[in-house]
Amino acid sequence: MSWETVIGLEVHVQLATRSKIFSGSSTAFGAEPNTQASAVDLAMPGTLPVANEQAFRYAIMFGLAVNAEIGKTSVFERKNYFYPDLPKGYQTTQLEKPIVGPGWVDIQRKDDSHKKVRIHHAHLEEDAGKSLHDTFFDTSGRGMSGIDLNRAGTPLIEIVSEPDMSSAEEAVAFAKKLHSIVTSLGICDGNMSQGSMRFDVNISVRKPGQPLGTRTETKNLNSFKFMEEAIALEVERQIDILEDGGNIIQETRLYNGDTKTARSMRSKEEANDYRYFPCPDLLPVVIDDDTIDQLRRNLPELPDARHNRFMTDYGLSDYDAAVLGDEAQMAHYFEAAAKVSSDAKLTANWIMGELSARLNSSDLDIGQCPVSADYLGRMVLRIKDGTISTKMAKDVLQAMWDGEGDPDTIIDKRGLKQVSDSGAIEALVAEVIASSPAQVDNYRSADDSKRPKMLGYFVGQIMKASKGQANPQQVNEILLKKLDELL
Amino acid sequence: MHNKTLAELSAGLASGEFSSVELTRHFLARIAKLDSVYNSFITVTADQALKTAAAADAKRSAGNSVHPLCGVPIAHKDIFCTEGVRTSCASKMLDNFVPPYNATVVENFIRAGAVVLGKTNMDEFAMGSSNETSWYGPVKNPWDINTVPGGSSGGSAAAIAARLTPAATATDTGGSIRQPAALCGISGLKPTYGRVSRWGMIAFASSLDQGGPLARTAEDLALMMNVMASFDSKDSTCLDLDVPDYSAGLTNSLKGLRIGVPKEYFGEGLNPGTASAVAEALREYEKLGATLIDISLPHSGLSVPAYYVIAPAEASANLSRFDGVRYGYRCEDPKDLNDLYMRSRAEGFGDEVKRRILVGAYCLSAGYYDAYYNKAQQVRRLIKQDFVSAFEEVDLILGPTCPNPAFEFGAKGDNPVAMYLEDIYTISTNLAGLPGMSIPCGFVDNKPVGLQIVGNYFDEVRMLNAAHQYQQVTDWHNRAPKEIV
Repeated sequence: MSWETVIGLEVHVQLATRSKIFSGSSTAFGAEPNTQASAVDLAMPGTLPVANEQAFRYAIMFGLAVNAEIGKTSVFERKNYFYPDLPKGYQTTQLEKPIVGPGWVDIQRKDDSHKKVRIHHAHLEEDAGKSLHDTFFDTSGRGMSGIDLNRAGTPLIEIVSEPDMSSAEEAVAFAKKLHSIVTSLGICDGNMSQGSMRFDVNISVRKPGQPLGTRTETKNLNSFKFMEEAIALEVERQIDILEDGGNIIQETRLYNGDTKTARSMRSKEEANDYRYFPCPDLLPVVIDDDTIDQLRRNLPELPDARHNRFMTDYGLSDYDAAVLGDEAQMAHYFEAAAKVSSDAKLTANWIMGELSARLNSSDLDIGQCPVSADYLGRMVLRIKDGTISTKMAKDVLQAMWDGEGDPDTIIDKRGLKQVSDSGAIEALVAEVIASSPAQVDNYRSADDSKRPKMLGYFVGQIMKASKGQANPQQVNEILLKKLDELL
Repeated sequence: MHNKTLAELSAGLASGEFSSVELTRHFLARIAKLDSVYNSFITVTADQALKTAAAADAKRSAGNSVHPLCGVPIAHKDIFCTEGVRTSCASKMLDNFVPPYNATVVENFIRAGAVVLGKTNMDEFAMGSSNETSWYGPVKNPWDINTVPGGSSGGSAAAIAARLTPAATATDTGGSIRQPAALCGISGLKPTYGRVSRWGMIAFASSLDQGGPLARTAEDLALMMNVMASFDSKDSTCLDLDVPDYSAGLTNSLKGLRIGVPKEYFGEGLNPGTASAVAEALREYEKLGATLIDISLPHSGLSVPAYYVIAPAEASANLSRFDGVRYGYRCEDPKDLNDLYMRSRAEGFGDEVKRRILVGAYCLSAGYYDAYYNKAQQVRRLIKQDFVSAFEEVDLILGPTCPNPAFEFGAKGDNPVAMYLEDIYTISTNLAGLPGMSIPCGFVDNKPVGLQIVGNYFDEVRMLNAAHQYQQVTDWHNRAPKEIV
């Protein structure tokens, strides 16, 4: 009998507010350590938190996007534990009364089937700072740990799913869907390498029909790839243990993406008693219906709606609509390019084909693409109007990728213009027919059904003579006409 | 000069009877001469005080219109952060802490032009009712130096009683303004929760802490409140309400004032001498035209146990930031992170602070939260409801501030519960968030007795009016300890 995998996710999403959740410090990434930490962030004595209204708006937008109830009364609590990157000795978070109640999202598997994944709740909280190990050294050369509190107080929403996923594929699809939602809403920059989204994965296995098995939690995964690898590894580990007659220990684990290994961080027995209680420095926040309605009315287009629109408006397939429509930046790129080219289908093919291949091999995402949507759209326009052939367009794309400018300049500079002058093509056709008497004879004596196959030779010769610049469609038409005249 | 009230000093400065520099020098000289006995100051800021005084004099002589407290000396309890001046909270933990910012209360006094003589002694982190828990040693009560001045604002209260400052800031979490006011024979006001900004006031129990003034008279408290009360967007629990002129209603008549007298405040444990002094004060109020109405606050008896769950619970989290990592005391040569945490806190905090952190952490821990913290919050709501019901019938509630006059040092040293019971009449107003004050109303064995006045939310003007009218027909507030001349 096979094993069934049960997966639940906890996702930390950094909100794209300009200032921190309880202080006026900037949240920008990458500043010199501790330059974006105020007296509040340092938890100096007597300092007090003031909640950031924009963080609430963003959290409510997320709740609305995942079909959730919005908590009308939202309460912050203190989660107590000691750690150097937690200046107050407690994290201000939510427990009993979170801002976002139960909701759900729809995920699509690779076989195009769909599944609903329930969200238990999402709550607002503050991020911790960062410990920097062995980056400083004392006079005897001993490594010391430093603390950077720039990140401390960055607003987060923690999204907690129900254990509704039963494979790494589904977990990744759910994670990607959340990424797509928060970036489409504009409430998170989605930059996973900078820690803007981080995933904790709860995993257990069981025989079908059995109660839930003991779970482990693998913490702080910051890429979809690592998440997929970590789940596969953990599922295999648990099944091995159980099949050998062992027991799973409830524990927190860490996955190392470089070595592709995981290790235990702490067991349940070592877990903290966090002694949560309502934060007396922050009064309960009451969200009125008007605020919720206003945010609902102004919600940006969500990935599912966009997906459907791409299918109906642009005639894209379900798959193409998913590739182009699920991620906000990609969707904006596609729509901007398609608007310039007025040919959504052709534009979609170029983005999903040539452009994506280049992005993948250079490990770039669409936001870092060196070719602007406008240039790509203009290039497609030149294919459509016959100025360049598909083959030429590949050269134009390469040139644009290399930063040589807009497509028209490149076409001019490289003399890539396709010959569409029928007189010039007729002359080329006549020339090739005249210099290929044997092939013309064969053509004439051949069966009707065999003739189309014989055209290739003539087309090849004509294109060669035109140095590849003749419009292939015109070449075909004129060649057929001329050969027919000889019959 | 030191026997004048804040109002008289303000008038003297305005009339040119003396300058702020003269006044400041006089008080600084008294502190230098006498405070080795009372130990009421932790830090004296003489240079800064004289600089501010000179600036105030220059401003006055230039003919500028100035705030009534411009050039008037005061002192701050060492719980209010003062930029560039050590703010210790009377703890070894913060003996080296110099804040880079001012508390809003401190900022308000700077704007008024008041002269700050220094930072007053207190119980460590405001935890105590006797001032015996200070890292800088106990404060002596000027009425009898063998007795405690009360706490936690004992330094502010003793300094005023000894005429080392005419007024001082203080804080009150369970009685820390009113109890020392009572024991030192002066006046004190704990405003409604949310009236005075807590920004820069080192937190003990955030939902209970409230800053307020100590002075000799109700009139002086009103002058202090005019500076201390303000809306502050940096404190989310501060209420955005207009600040009234607290001096405006002082002279109103008390005719028709309905005074509630809770039977629970006159039961077992109340010193008979205190009881008769308070009874005498109530008769005085009747003479002033007020009506006495017997009321009941049925849940009063639960206030001490509820308080000693909620306050330590909040304190256990509030004091976690003192970890030896970023500022404050750090143990020598920590072996590792846990050693750094454990020894810095074990060596930096005193026994009472540790006791409350332990009690608080226990009350919040898994399996005990409902039985302690949640239950205490329920009791808190009942206590508040008692007051809300009472204020439907009465305007003010009067009774004793504390059950006994000042006790001797060490008298309750090995019995924390006996110490906690000293706050039995004051704690419930903090739990309800109501304003309360204490004014002198007599003596037991030459030790001052305090009369407590509890008002409805934001009804400080009426409380000050009632206190001021009483002080027009009595002279308890003008009495000074024998040694003070």
